[in-house]
Amino acid sequence: MEPFRNLASKVVPLDIANIDTDQIIPKQFLKLLGKTGYGQYLFFNWRYDENGNPTENFVLNLPKFKGRQILLTRENFGIGSSREHAVWALKDYGFKVVIGVSFADIFYNNCTKNGVLVIKLDKNTIDDFFSTKTDDDFEIDLAQQQIRINSTIYSFEIDPTIKNSLESGIDEISKTLQLESRIKKYEDKKNLTVQPNTIL
Amino acid sequence: MAQTLYDKIWDDHVVYSDENNDLSLLYIDRHYIHEVTSPQAFDGLRINNRKVRRPDLTFATVDHNVPTTDRSLPIVDQISSLQIKALENNCKEFGISLFDMNDKYQGIVHVIGPELGLTLPGSTIVCGDSHTSTHGAFGSLAFGIGTSEVEHVLATQCLWMKKSKNFEIVLNGGLKNNSNISSKDVILNIIRQIGTSGGSGSVIEYKGDYISSLSMEKRMTICNMSIEGGARAGLVAPDDTTFNYLRGRIFSPRNESFERMIHDWKGLRSDNGAKYDRTFSINIDNLAPQVTWGTNPAMTVDVDSVIPTPDEYSKGNDEEKKSAIKALKYMDLEPGIPITDISIDRVFIGSCTNARLEDLMEASEAVKGKKVSDSVKAMVVPGSQQVKHAAEKLGLDKIFTNAGFEWREPGCSMCLGMNPDILKAGERCASTSNRNFEGRQGTGGRTHLVSPIMAAAAAIAGKFVDVREWV
Ligand code: SF4
Repeated sequence: MEPFRNLASKVVPLDIANIDTDQIIPKQFLKLLGKTGYGQYLFFNWRYDENGNPTENFVLNLPKFKGRQILLTRENFGIGSSREHAVWALKDYGFKVVIGVSFADIFYNNCTKNGVLVIKLDKNTIDDFFSTKTDDDFEIDLAQQQIRINSTIYSFEIDPTIKNSLESGIDEISKTLQLESRIKKYEDKKNLTVQPNTIL
Repeated sequence: MAQTLYDKIWDDHVVYSDENNDLSLLYIDRHYIHEVTSPQAFDGLRINNRKVRRPDLTFATVDHNVPTTDRSLPIVDQISSLQIKALENNCKEFGISLFDMNDKYQGIVHVIGPELGLTLPGSTIVCGDSHTSTHGAFGSLAFGIGTSEVEHVLATQCLWMKKSKNFEIVLNGGLKNNSNISSKDVILNIIRQIGTSGGSGSVIEYKGDYISSLSMEKRMTICNMSIEGGARAGLVAPDDTTFNYLRGRIFSPRNESFERMIHDWKGLRSDNGAKYDRTFSINIDNLAPQVTWGTNPAMTVDVDSVIPTPDEYSKGNDEEKKSAIKALKYMDLEPGIPITDISIDRVFIGSCTNARLEDLMEASEAVKGKKVSDSVKAMVVPGSQQVKHAAEKLGLDKIFTNAGFEWREPGCSMCLGMNPDILKAGERCASTSNRNFEGRQGTGGRTHLVSPIMAAAAAIAGKFVDVREWV
């Protein structure tokens, strides 16, 4: 995983609450075997009409939002299916940060494992971002846990472990494998075998 | 200190706790795998030259993509077929047991785990699928994970976790309810009350006389949809119903060792005085059958009521009001319409929520000797090969097919429509599955979540009916 680097970008405002992962990436695109190539299908059902033409008013289709790396959303983003494809799609499309009021647990975990920074802010701040800041530059500073917009600073909370893994980009599996002796000890203490009782 | 059931299972599986933060490395007893969320995980292992640590604790099946029509024919969808092939190859390469498409134990991963006796009380279970919460019905800590975590568990048999909150839901009453009220109605009603994020950050433990009175299959329906209430997992303390269900299953422990385990499992209940971060109680006497009208499972009403206005639904919350307006438009419904006036085009009886034997038995009761409405296309997709065969032994397949239902091969099918079983744009479906999101069952399709008997009766009537009055 690439370490997370600070960035400055404007936001793409997606002013809808309760967006589920079926909307972020519909199931017909879950059949690829890799982790890339999903960006073109991000929000597919909102982005294209029945004939496959871009819908006029959807934010991702508006030229002025092209190339922006921060997604601004509302409450309860990423509910539903555990599909990590939702994060791969956001990332592949170019989003590095998602800002909102609240996020579903599994989605949040999936983001952090893919180097996507999720920032939770209170509803009033998010309301204000939507109404007055959608064309401002957001400077995201992970080390300081700050968003700087013009001269205003917004601080955000983040779990230190998640912060650390985003900053270092270190592979979590290698970290865990260093605890091999403890895992082994646990296994030795328990009888973990499973045996079928009949011939399968 | 008095502990909850969740606390106990958690403590029993901590391999290591990081002092610097509140993360613990938990040991995973069972890892279930399916074709959609695993290929990238196996790839990761190969790239880094890693092995599967415990192939003997890992079990795979194909369910999401598989066709539900004649299995002897080739799969039409090339990409689905590739994904299924990829799982076969990965299982072979890494030494994992696979219940493949032609296996007599194949089925939806959350249906086969319990029926094979792989899901045991007090264990930790993960799967790259959010409805892993189903297995919590056995008093096991079971939750869905993403693909990166699948890879992590394959490589280490462990997972870094932060402890969730304890959320207690006490279910009282309901013992004298009309027998056509099912546990699906109960869980839909709970989600309607706590909302889709009500359980966020929590593990829900279901308690009370009502839950104790339920069969394992009905408990599974409730735990299954815990995720729709935002919770990571659902739990029910194991009891005699649980032990009797498990006795003699293929992978269940045998004889003395089983009796010894029962002895231990009896300790798997929350201590008196254990602290919960949140408690919610619900009395389900007089509960009506539930029907969803919108595009998330909290948008639910009683069958004998009408579609609510956005204001009634949102109770002053602006974002929820916007969601309701959007949902009504998508569903092509107007506030004030009685639920029993809504006609439907399709009926789907299936999914890991409601495709077990009891579900099919209940649905068949509403169908026996009747005919599916001319305007409706209806299908039954059993949850597993074992369910299918058991149902056929009871003659349920005949009851359904004589009435005009299609009787299919097991899989996820139209729960998410990754195989050819999908709704056409604009079609309205009464479905026993768990998600009514926009396009979930097919782009432009409209889903109403209901219990099996409600779906069956709707197929006959061509519209929703109150099954309390169904004869
Ligand atoms: S039946 Fe539906 S919810 Fe259950 S595992 Fe399959 S796709 Fe997921």
